[in-house]
Amino acid sequence: MEIKKTAVAGTLESSDCMVTVEPAAKGLELDLESAVIRQYGRQIRKVAMETLKRLGVKKARVSIVDKGALDCTIKARVECAVMRAAEHEGRVNWGGMIR
Amino acid sequence: MKNAVGREIPEEILEITGKEPFQGNYYRDDKPITLHGPTIRPVMNNQKSKLVNSIREALEKCDAHDGMTVSFHHHFREGDLIVNMVMKEIHDMGLKDIRICASSLGKAHSALVPMIEDGTITNIESSGVRGGIGEAISKGKLKGLAIMRSHGGRVRSIATGESHIDIAFIGAPTSDDYGNLRGIGGKADCGVLSYAIVDGNHADHCVAITDCLVPYPNFPAHISQTKVDYVCVVDEIGIPSKIATGAAKPTTDQRKLLMAQYCTDVVVNTPWFRDGFSYQTGVGGASIASTQYLADIMRERNIRMGFGVGGLTKAMCKLLDDGMADVMLDVQDFDLDAVRSLKNVNHHRIPAAVYANPLNKGAVVNKLDYVVLASLEVDVNFNCNVVVGSDGMITGAQGGHPDTAQGAKCAIVICPLLQGRIPAICSEVTTVTTPGESIDVVVTDYGVAVNPARQDILQALREADCVPLKTIEELRDIAYSIVGEPDKVEFEDRIVGIIEARDGTIMDVVRQIKDV
Repeated sequence: MEIKKTAVAGTLESSDCMVTVEPAAKGLELDLESAVIRQYGRQIRKVAMETLKRLGVKKARVSIVDKGALDCTIKARVECAVMRAAEHEGRVNWGGMIR
Repeated sequence: MKNAVGREIPEEILEITGKEPFQGNYYRDDKPITLHGPTIRPVMNNQKSKLVNSIREALEKCDAHDGMTVSFHHHFREGDLIVNMVMKEIHDMGLKDIRICASSLGKAHSALVPMIEDGTITNIESSGVRGGIGEAISKGKLKGLAIMRSHGGRVRSIATGESHIDIAFIGAPTSDDYGNLRGIGGKADCGVLSYAIVDGNHADHCVAITDCLVPYPNFPAHISQTKVDYVCVVDEIGIPSKIATGAAKPTTDQRKLLMAQYCTDVVVNTPWFRDGFSYQTGVGGASIASTQYLADIMRERNIRMGFGVGGLTKAMCKLLDDGMADVMLDVQDFDLDAVRSLKNVNHHRIPAAVYANPLNKGAVVNKLDYVVLASLEVDVNFNCNVVVGSDGMITGAQGGHPDTAQGAKCAIVICPLLQGRIPAICSEVTTVTTPGESIDVVVTDYGVAVNPARQDILQALREADCVPLKTIEELRDIAYSIVGEPDKVEFEDRIVGIIEARDGTIMDVVRQIKDV
């Protein structure tokens, strides 16, 4: 999936996260800031990278500001931000790459 | 060397401190100890005035010097102005290597951080620390070791001379010119001076600081003129609205109300809930709600509370005012209703020594039936952590947690299963502050776990069929199934603090936090 513009999903409320996806020349770059980075930083990165790969994102700069979100929330916010950044809204393949 | 709660206490720390590793709750029971007396300067000359014009003058008259220990109490809580006021003067005098021996330090004292960084303050002994000081210690900025003690443990360490106080500074809402101190009658009333009484008894010098000088004699004195060297009058000793930070609004949080209900169900279905029972609880939303639920059942079954003790709140004092409790024993007031309640003749002030000192001839906590506590973390061995955050940063205080948990026949910890993403019920707490052998019941929003060592409680709750019983491992597994198992927080090797057990042995060590 091609990232065409900068897009954001999520909030800075407790137990949520805000994900920003920007176009990049090459590769995936993930920047993480988290209230629970010492205990869950590894896990959050893993979930975010898996989600990006599943969506077929090859080039993007992604930043996550996490306020203690669960994995399901992180996954959903990343998916939403990517869909917006790829101008893919309204054409989401539910049950396909979005599970 | 591993101690009785399975924590590795490095040899170097045992050597530096001369302490032993924690050996279990009753290790020092019945073992003789010698108490320590201060070196004082008698006041025989009836011409001598104890009034001084400034804190500087008091410091000079008390032979303030490098390396001395100064002490403070925390009855003004987040409204305290005394610690910063005195430490600024010590800093301005250019004194170094100061040891602070405080009953507690909080967010109000972040002004001390630069003094930690520049070597004015090199050692801290406290129930705990929050805010800037906690962060500074966790980041390794304090040159010496921080020692965290329970309220009872602090009395023990001072009374046995392990902590020798050179100058005690006692903030007093009222004082006369000869140092009779009271917690009431002034501009910033804190009600009681319980934590400072041991300072008065054992410090070499004792300076009273007040913003309300009253005619002699300020009686009945909570701390006597016989303990006080100097009296200093200042503009303001505390901010009244911040003293009463425990004045919590009744909670509407359904999760807390559910835990409050479970907690009350545990209390009323265990054998100690009978006429004349004794009880201590805290200031959290769930604790206060559970006190209210409990009051309803006491009324229904016509059961009176024999005594309530502790840091007191409106909810507890209302039991006394409503004639449902015989006596309240008070070491600290969390709100102004508790301060006002002191007018009741059955509401008694007690010194911290009477409340919780483990090495006297028996403290009040030993007579407790129930205590309801909170905890940052509880692990599958029922060990509690109330000092170090799950991220490894020092952020809390022992308070009376280890004292009351050990003393009470039934120690209940209320703890939501999850705090945001952090599982409060976990495999191993970050730091042990209260040993699992003291903790009998853990109440969460997902169920109630009973320490397997307490089959009597388990059986009573099974028979009553009143709460969803789970094992502590089941609770942990539910938590991990929702949030995932946390990685272990990484620390540097350097030890920045020790968690002292009530009896002065070492419960755990706190290491410097790693940058991420």
